[in-house]
Amino acid sequence: MKNERFAALGGWARSGLAVALVSAGLTASMPASAQTEIQWWHSMTGALGDRLNSLADRFNKSQSEYKVTAVYKGSYPESMTAGIAAFRAGNAPHIIQVFEVGTATMMAAKGAIVPVEKLMKDAGYKFDRTAYVPAVAGFYTTNKGEMLSFPFNSSTTVFYYNKDAFAKAGIAKVPETWPEVAAAAAKIKASNAASCGYTSSWASWVHMESFSAWHNVAFATENNGFGGTKARLVVNTPVHERHLNNLAQWAKDGWFLYPGRTNQGDAKFYSGECAMFTGSSAAYANVKRNAKFDFGIAKLPYYSDVPGAPQNTVIGGASLWVMSGKKPAEYKGVAKFFDFLSSPEVQAEWHQATGYLPLTIAAYELTKKSGFYDKNPGTDVSVQQMIVKTTDKSRGVRLGNFVQIRDVIHEEMESMLAGKQTAKQALEKITSRGNDLLARFERTARE
Amino acid sequence: MEKRVVFRGRWLPVALIAPQIAIILVFFYWPAIQALVQSVFIQDAFGGRMEFVGLENFEVLFADELYLNSFRITAIFSVAVAAIGLVTSLALAYFADRAIRGALAFRTMLIIPYAVAPAIVGVLWMFLFNPTLGIVAHWLRGFGIDWNHVLDGDQAMILVIIAAVWKQISYNFIFFLAGLQSIPKSLIEAAALDGAGAWRTFRSVIFPLLSPTTFFLLVINVVYAFFDTFAIIDAATEGGPAKATEILVYKVFYDGFKALDIGSSAAQSVVLMAIVLVLTFVQFRFIERRVQY
Repeated sequence: MKNERFAALGGWARSGLAVALVSAGLTASMPASAQTEIQWWHSMTGALGDRLNSLADRFNKSQSEYKVTAVYKGSYPESMTAGIAAFRAGNAPHIIQVFEVGTATMMAAKGAIVPVEKLMKDAGYKFDRTAYVPAVAGFYTTNKGEMLSFPFNSSTTVFYYNKDAFAKAGIAKVPETWPEVAAAAAKIKASNAASCGYTSSWASWVHMESFSAWHNVAFATENNGFGGTKARLVVNTPVHERHLNNLAQWAKDGWFLYPGRTNQGDAKFYSGECAMFTGSSAAYANVKRNAKFDFGIAKLPYYSDVPGAPQNTVIGGASLWVMSGKKPAEYKGVAKFFDFLSSPEVQAEWHQATGYLPLTIAAYELTKKSGFYDKNPGTDVSVQQMIVKTTDKSRGVRLGNFVQIRDVIHEEMESMLAGKQTAKQALEKITSRGNDLLARFERTARE
Repeated sequence: MEKRVVFRGRWLPVALIAPQIAIILVFFYWPAIQALVQSVFIQDAFGGRMEFVGLENFEVLFADELYLNSFRITAIFSVAVAAIGLVTSLALAYFADRAIRGALAFRTMLIIPYAVAPAIVGVLWMFLFNPTLGIVAHWLRGFGIDWNHVLDGDQAMILVIIAAVWKQISYNFIFFLAGLQSIPKSLIEAAALDGAGAWRTFRSVIFPLLSPTTFFLLVINVVYAFFDTFAIIDAATEGGPAKATEILVYKVFYDGFKALDIGSSAAQSVVLMAIVLVLTFVQFRFIERRVQY
C-alpha cells in the first residue's frame, strides 16, 4: 500500500513536470510585440555571453523595425539538439549558433536551412565573400562555392607558456617544435618550476585535426570531407603515429598531463599547475583574467622535418545558421542583423575582447592600425597562423557525425594514454570506427 | 466482509478514470510507439529523410562490441549499486534503530543526501576525486594510490558507483528503518530469552521479517541503477574514459541527443523496454515467492 502511494506520487510529480514544461514552451514561443522579433539561440556564457547580449542590444537600439532576442540554450551540443527538435516540431528559431563539428550535419540538411549568401542577396545586400578571412569563410562554404552560414566566433589552436616558470627552470627559448616542448617539460619537472610540464585542452582538435593541417597531412579523403559525403578517415600515417607515440611516452614520463576532453586544460594552465598549454585562442580572455603570472602566446609546435610544416591550423568555434520556413519580413531583419555584425568596427571589437579571430580582413587591418597587437603581444599569433593560402589538406575538417568521431578519437587516445594500447592500434581503431560512422552518415545526407 | 462501491452509471467511472488514461497514453504509450516506429528507420537529424531499414538498426547494434560491452558495464554497475547500497543502508538502519541518544539527529543526517539533485551528486564526487585538486585523491596519493579517473576506467567506475550508492542510501535507509521499527519487540525479546546473540537474532528473526521491505528496495534500486543514475554519470564522467562508464541509458542519450542518430537510439530504447519487462517478470515471479509477508 505504502509502495503504491509512493509510485502514484512519483507519477503525478512527473506528469506535473511535463505539463509545466509544455506550458513553458508555449509562452516562450509567443510573439512579444509589434516589432518583428528575431529569435537567436546561442551557447555563450560568462564574459562571452555578456558581449553577445550587448551586440543584440546595440542592434535593437540602432533601429526600431526589428528586435533580436538572444536566448541562451545550453552548451553547443545542447543548443544544436534543441534547435533540431524545435525544427522538427515546426518551431525553430530564426538563427542558431552551431559549433564547427556540427557543420556537416547542418550542411547536409538542405531544406532545413537558408544559405546566408542567398539570404543576403534576397534582402538586397551586397555579399562579398572575399572580404572574409579565407580559412574561416572556406569552412562554411560548399564545394560549389556558396557560403551557407555566417561565421560568428572562430578560434584556432595556439600555444601558451608561463614566463615565470620558464625563468625559474632556466628556459631561454620559447619552444617551437614538439621535441623542444618535450625538452622544456623535462627541465620544468627537474627544476620543480611547476608540478606539470605540459597539458592540452581539446585533444582531438589540437593533436589530430590542427596537427594534420599544420603538417599539411590529410585527415580524411575528399579533401577532408569538403568534397562530399563519401569521405573516409586517413589518419593512420607514420606522422600521426609518431606524435601519438610521443604523447604517450611524455604522459608516462610525467611531462604531459591529459586533463579531459574539452577545455579542462585551460584551468590547469592559468592556475599555474602546468607551465605549457595548447588550446583555443579564445581561452585568452580567461587566461588573462585568471593567471597570476606573466604568460606568452606562441604558434602551435610542429615537427620541423615534416615537409610542408608549418602550414596553417584549423578553425574551431561556431557559425550562425538561418532556419527555413520563416516569413520574408523576418528574413529581411536577419539579413540586416548580419550586415550589422559584419561591419569592421563590430568585428574588430569582438576580436579584441574575446580572442576569437577577426572574420574579415578589414577587421584585422583595423585592429592592427589601432595598435592593439603591439599593446597585447601574442594576440595576433592566431591570425598569423590562419592568414595564409590554405591547401586541400589544410582547409579544415568537415565530416558528418563528427561529434561522435571526435569522441571516438578521444576514447582511443585515452586508452592509449592509460597504457592499454599502442599509438598504432589507437589509429587503426580510430580509422575503422570513424569510417563506420561516416558510412552511416553518407546514407542519410542529402547532397 | 469486503465493502464494495458499485458505480451505477457508465459515464462517471469513465470520466473518473479518463485523466489517468490520458496521461498514460500521452506520456507512456505514445513515446513507446514512436520509439518502436523509429527503431526501424534511419533518418537524418532534421527528420527530412527517412529510410525504412527493417531490423538493421538492431543488427548493427548487436554486432557492435561496444554495445555488448555496455551491457557488461550496466550489469556490473547496477549489481554493485544495488548490493552495496542495500547492505550499507541496512547496517546504518540497524544501528540507528538501536541508538538511544541523538537518534533523531542521526536519522536526519542520514536522510539529507536524498534531497540533493543527482547532477549535483555527480559534480560533488567528481570534485572530491579530482586527480589534481580533489581532497580524496590527495589522501589516496598518501596511501600510494595514483588516482586518475580521467584516464583509468576502473577508477571511473568506482567513482560513479560511490556517487550513485551515496545518493540512494538515504532512501533505502528510511524504508529499512520503518521496517525495523514495525518488528514487534516481543519477538526480539523472545529470541534473547532463547539465548540468541545479536547476529543470530538478526539472521533468524529480523532479516526474514524485513524481507518484503528488502524485496521492494531491491526492485527500486535496480530500476534506480538502470535509469536514474543518468545525471550522476553525465556530470561525473560523461560515460568515459573510453566508454568505461557508459551504461545502456547513457548510450541511448548519447546516440540520440549528442550524436543525433535517432534510429539507433530508438532501437536501444526498445531493447531497454524489453530488459525492463524481463527484469520485472523475473523479480515478481521468482524472487517475490521467497518473500515472507
